[in-house]
Parts: sequence; structure tokens; C-alpha cells
Amino acid sequence: MIEVDVAIIGGGPAGLASAMKACEEGVKDILIIERGMELGGILLQCIHDGFGTFIFEETLTGPEYAQRYIDEVKKTGINVKLNTMVLEIDSAKRIIAVNQEDGLLEIEAKAIILSMGCRERTRAQILIPGDRPSGIYTAGVAQRYINIEGVIPGKKVVILGSGDIGMIMARRFTLEGAKVEGVYEVMSNPGGLTRNVVQCVEDYEIPLHLSHTITNIRGRRRVEGVTVAKVDSEMRPIKDTERFVPCDTVILSVGLIPENELSKSADVGMDPITNGPIVDEQMQTSVPGIFACGNVVHVHDLVDDVSKVAEVAGRGAAEYIDGKLKKRRSPIKVKAGRNVKYVVPQIIHGEKFDEDIRFYLRVKEIEKSVKTVVLADGERIFEKKIKIVKPPEMVKLDISPDILNRITGDELIIDVEGEEDEEKS
Amino acid sequence: MKRSHNFTCIVCPMSCQIELIEEDDKILEVRGNGCKRGEEYVTEEFTNPVRMLTTTIPVQEGRIAMLPVRSERPVPKNLLRRCMKELSKVRVKAPVRCGDIIYENILDTGVSIISSRDLSIGNYSEFR
Repeated sequence: MIEVDVAIIGGGPAGLASAMKACEEGVKDILIIERGMELGGILLQCIHDGFGTFIFEETLTGPEYAQRYIDEVKKTGINVKLNTMVLEIDSAKRIIAVNQEDGLLEIEAKAIILSMGCRERTRAQILIPGDRPSGIYTAGVAQRYINIEGVIPGKKVVILGSGDIGMIMARRFTLEGAKVEGVYEVMSNPGGLTRNVVQCVEDYEIPLHLSHTITNIRGRRRVEGVTVAKVDSEMRPIKDTERFVPCDTVILSVGLIPENELSKSADVGMDPITNGPIVDEQMQTSVPGIFACGNVVHVHDLVDDVSKVAEVAGRGAAEYIDGKLKKRRSPIKVKAGRNVKYVVPQIIHGEKFDEDIRFYLRVKEIEKSVKTVVLADGERIFEKKIKIVKPPEMVKLDISPDILNRITGDELIIDVEGEEDEEKS
Repeated sequence: MKRSHNFTCIVCPMSCQIELIEEDDKILEVRGNGCKRGEEYVTEEFTNPVRMLTTTIPVQEGRIAMLPVRSERPVPKNLLRRCMKELSKVRVKAPVRCGDIIYENILDTGVSIISSRDLSIGNYSEFR
């Protein structure tokens, strides 16, 4: 049995930043457990730039962003176990892991930080009918093949889904000489950031077909083509718009799911909307001493936000070990109101708030000229105007302690109000 | 002859659809922009559009098969494909440090291509 102060599950951006913060806060014995052969997580295959504009105030590639943290971690006494897979965590904070060197490992931690990230949705989850030939990949798998392994998985590519990774891979395939026949998006708006629509798709004149989907994949051994169709407002394919697009590769960029098998084995309370653990303002889950941060909690758009929130978790874990973590009074629930899909953190504690809390929310629909409103016991304690909200772009609200300390009752509601609602009120 | 060009502004999430009207490359009017930054963006996009180039280079004797690289600064957008062609001939040998120059002054742009990570010596095939 190995005993550690803080065990961190996953050495991607969330794990690295939380480890650094816990170390800065004085935690001596920190262990990062990483299943890959090196630290950095998915950043290592995200070779495009655009990372770090908030944290480092410059635009870095994924590997560079990871390198900055890896270099810092190396300077500390933080222990790292690579090629090590965690199999189980229980609510007493015991970890079962395995690797080739040590065999089966039992680790007991005073605090655990869950930073396992997320994984991609696959064909099985979106139920595309048809044959099962080779040549169907998720965007992240194709990204790994090209950027790490140096293999181009196909020459004539159809991409389903206009999430950021899908569009980034459209550009990557094109630059490497493959032909991208088109990007098909079932929604009526692109799924990723506008920057990527412009710089990855429009720059290379790749057709982007909104309100379209794949209704069939055809191919005996290898993909021979797909049938695409327009969809109606209910997202049902319209039969007479079907057409066949020949291709040898289908790339799926159809969403990410937080990877929470381990969280569930530790009996951590889950949010059915985010598919991640329910956390408080210090990123503590429902199990005392187990914290969570990054894409395991909810899928972020920017790694900078992941690093920032991971620091909150790292500090929380340090304070938990010292017994300094805020005494928990009855929690205040934070609820998603009008045009809000979810809010993180889902609960907040604290007799007295002494610092800002940042709330992350994702909206359901695009809306212009809106106001985000925080309601406590029916009273509007906070309002902020925003020019536009879009589902792919997370909204961040920093609420100051003097506002938080005005909360009465045990519930907060965060609304996004449109112009019309305002006129009525 | 007057010509019109359409741009989607990427400065902020508003994504303004901006129209630029020019005659013989002289900008006459910019419209549709919600703010001043939008005008600056389309002016730059029209006169000298530049992009960062990021790609990979095969590594010999490295821990992984490919080294991620980027241009130090953005390069003219119309040279991206030619830069890729130029870089397709390049091979590097491990070890490499993050920031090492991999290809100097690509296509006389004055921009060098630099490594995006540390890459130590290793046998990649062992990890496959």
C-alpha cells in the first residue's frame, strides 16, 4: 500500500495545473497517475495554435502549452506514474491501479483530484445505419494517427459534425493533401467556435452543409461512400434530399462525454446534464476529499479555463488536507434557469464568502442582446448584459463576495433573459 | 471596378458579417461591423491575410514518430500550401527542444519554423 497526500488521476492540463497548485500550497506528497506514456494528455496531439491566450497572454500550440506545465512539474518533487491505469477508486479514497512495472498498485490518498478528461462520442452513440467497413474514425483518433503516429487515415474524407475538432481536422487533412468532400452538421449553426469556421473551413473552401446528416454508410471492406440528407426542424432526415457522396473515410466529430467510470466507482454524485460530478465552488464533489476539475466535470471550450479551474481544485485539496476547508453549512443549490443548459459549480457553500466565484454556464440557444440574471429568493442580486450568447461559447460570470453575501435562502437561479422578457418586466 | 468582399469577423463572439468595398485594391467602405476592431480585422484580412502554420515533421530515433512544429509568427495565407510542400522534405533527429529552429526563413518570408515540444531519444516502435 502506497500512501500519498494528494493523488491526481490523469496527467492532462487539469491534472498538471491542479498538481502545481497543490504543490504551491505546500502539499508535500503528490502523485499524478497517467495512463499514457507521457504527461500532457490530449494537448499533445492538438498541434494547432490558439491555446494559452488568457493564461500566458500569447497563442501557443497544444504541445507548447503542455510543455510549460510539464517543465514546472519537473522542477518540483511531484511524483508521476506513467503508463499506469487506474481501475477503481472507492469513497474511502483508496485507488487500485495497474502498470507493467509495479503490477497491481494500491494507493491510499488523503485527497483525490479527478482529472480524467473526456472521450469522444462514436458511431454507436449516434446510430448511423449502414455497413461496418474500415475507414470510420472519430476526429480525435484521426488526429492522433496524423499528428502522433504520422499516418494519414484516408484520401477522400467526409466529416460529420462541425465541432472544433471536426473543423480542425478538416484543415489538417487538407493541408496533408487529402480531399475533404464536406463537413455536415445536423444543427442549423456550426458546433464550434467561429474562429474555426473561418480559419479551418472557409479558408480552404471546404463546403460546410448545415442542417445535414449522414443517413447511411456504404462499403464492403473499406468505406465507399455515405448518403447525406437535409434534416427538417425536428432534425429528421428529409427523404427526397438524400444523395450519395463517394469517399473512403468518415470522420465523426459529434460531441464529447466526460469520462466518469472512476467517479462513479467512488460514489460521487453526478449531474445528469453535464454527465460529470456535481461540484461546489472549490471543485469538491459530494464525497469529502474527492475533487474534480477540467473536462471530467463538463466539456470546456478553452484549455485556459481548465487550467484555471484546476487550480481551484488543487487549492481545495490542499486546504482539505490541512483541515482548513470551509466548514460546510447547508448548501445553496445553483439552478439553470431560462435558456441555460447547465451551470457549474452546481452548489456553493460558505458561512461568509470572501472571494469571487466564477460560474460557467452553457446556453441552450443563440440569443442576441441578453442579460444574465442571478436570482436569490426571487430577488435579482446580479445582472450583466451580454451582446450575444451561443451554445458553443461558454458564458463566464464572476460574482463578487459582497453580492454572494446577500444570498438568503438555499437556492440561486441563473437566467439568460432576452430583450422581450425585459420589456414585459 | 468596384468590388465587394464578405468577411465573418472573428475578433469576438458577435461574428459580424462585414462587407468591404474596394476599387483597384483601395478600400472605399467597410460596413456591417459592430465596432472599430471589426474594421481593423477586415482591413488586415483584405490587405495582408496571415495565418499561423502548424504541422508535423517525421522524427528519427524519437520517442514518438512525429514532431509538432509551428511558424514563429503568422505567414501569408496564400503561402500555406507551398510551406507545407517545402516542409514535406524535412526530417529531424531526436533529441529536439521546444523552440528549436527546424527550418529557417521559410520561402523567404523571414519566418522560421520551430519545434512545439521537447522530444527525447527513444524507440517509438516499442510504444506502438
